[in-house]
Parts: sequence; C-alpha cells; structure tokens
Amino acid sequence: MSHAFYVTASYVAAFAVVAGLVLWVWLDHRARHRELAQLEAAGIRRRSARSGEKP
Amino acid sequence: MSEPSLAIRKFSDLANPTRFLALVAIVWPYLAGLTLCLFAVGLYLSFTTLGDYQQGETVRIMYVHVPAAWLSMMCYTVMALSALGTLVWRHPLADVSAKAAAPIGACFTLVALITGSLWGKPMWGTWWVWDARLTSVFVLFLMYLGLIALNRAMDDPTRAAKVSAVLILVGFVNIPIIKFSVEWWNTLHQPASVVRLDGPTIDPEFLWPLLVMAVAFTLLFFTLHVLAMRNEILRRRIAVLRRHAARSAGRSGDAA
Repeated sequence: MSHAFYVTASYVAAFAVVAGLVLWVWLDHRARHRELAQLEAAGIRRRSARSGEKP
Repeated sequence: MSEPSLAIRKFSDLANPTRFLALVAIVWPYLAGLTLCLFAVGLYLSFTTLGDYQQGETVRIMYVHVPAAWLSMMCYTVMALSALGTLVWRHPLADVSAKAAAPIGACFTLVALITGSLWGKPMWGTWWVWDARLTSVFVLFLMYLGLIALNRAMDDPTRAAKVSAVLILVGFVNIPIIKFSVEWWNTLHQPASVVRLDGPTIDPEFLWPLLVMAVAFTLLFFTLHVLAMRNEILRRRIAVLRRHAARSAGRSGDAA
C-alpha cells in the first residue's frame, strides 16, 4: 500500500475519534439540560433557585 | 445568576460549582474558537511542509501521533493532580475533573495507538511490537478503561471519588515509565527528539507543524475537559434533585 493510504487512514481515524468525543460531550449536555428542564417543569428545583422565589 | 457573590476573584472561588459553570459559559466559546484556528494553521502546515527524506509522506502521521501521545500523558497528569485535590484538599471539583478527563484521555491514547500502528507498518514493517514504549502506552489505555469502569460501577460518587483517586495516583507511576522507556530499554520506538535537555533534534520544517498541532490538541483537550466537567456537574445536580424529590415524596406518603 502507498504512503498516502497510511497518512489518510491516520487522519481519518484521528478525526473520527475526536468527532466522537465532541459528539459525546454535546449529546450529553443536551440530555442533561433536557432532564433538568423536565425536573423543573415537575416543580423540582434546587434550594438556591427556590429561595429566590419566596418572599 | 444575579447574586454578586458569584464573581470569581481568586482561584479558590472556582471551588463553587455554580461559579465554575458561569465561568465555563463565558470561556468555552473562546477556547473552542482558538482551538479551531490553531487546527486550521496546524493542518495547513502539516500538509504543505516537505516530506522526510527517509520517512517520505508518512512523516505527516507524526503531526497527529505525537500530539495525541503527549496528550495521553498530560491528561493522566491532570487526573493525578485532580486525585491529589480530592484526597488532600477535598476540592469539590477535583473528582469531577478526574472523572470527566478519563474518557478524553482514553480517546487520545487510542488515537496515539492507531496512528502509531499506521506509521509502524510502512516504516518498521509491522503494525505492533511488544517493546517497552508501545506496551506501557497500551497499559495506560487499559488503565483509563479500568478507571472509567470503576467510576461507573459505583453509585456513591464520594466513595467512587476516593477509590479512583487512590488508583489514579498508584497508576501515575506508569507516566515516567512511558516517558523514559525509550531510554531505559532497547526499544524499536525511537528516543525523544523534541523534549530533550539539549533541545529539539528535528528540522524546523517538521518542528513547526508539530508544535502548532501540539498546542491545538492541548487546547482541544481543555475545551472538551471543561465542557465534560460541566456535564458531570449537571449530572450530579440531577441525581441530588431526584434523591430529594424521592425523599419528600416518601415523607408526604407517610403523612397521608
């Protein structure tokens, strides 16, 4: 196989792994955000957020 | 957040996760932008500089392999410092940092192993040899996987934090072994040519793309690390909220 094959394969592999990492961080953030929003909609909040509402 | 107390005036203020989240929200777009710019320059240099007279075009693999290998060790060092933060100072974010770094470190170690293999086949004539450098990096990869598994296996984050911190510190012995393996033993892997006491021994033609890519990869690590830490903080908040909700539901059930 030519050198170009090994070079391309290396860059493709590195890009795929890094893209996977970025995707994981992004999807994880979206899921956690949604979960927090659902909890808030159900009236479940952090004490610090609740104390702001009360007089 | 409207509270004035959230301002960050000294390093220890970062111990407050809410302050940390506010800082991440400001900092991460700049970090990500800078990372992209450096990658653009680094990749341009990687493909426009000359090939090596012996390695030919495969020298370009080094511009990914070396930064990934460097990060695999730096990430573990960050985890070891975080482990110290957990055990010595009981810093509330130290364990979050160690836990968030492990999958990132595992990925960079994997990149170093794959690209090293892809360079080894045309240059050494083999994908893999069990020499000291390659074996110690493979052990590092297994340690990352072990730490991720250990963290997932335990429900109580405080207990998981202590056990993983001790394991991370014990495993840190592997980092100098990786670094000096090429000097202590007779390895097929070449000795250091950039970080040396007598200065780099490689031509500036290769040194520049290597350095730019190394800085780009380092910034990429820190960008992903702070974002993964933010996710971990949110995950723990959700767990606490669910626990509180379950407890208060139980209490109201008892009262009824």
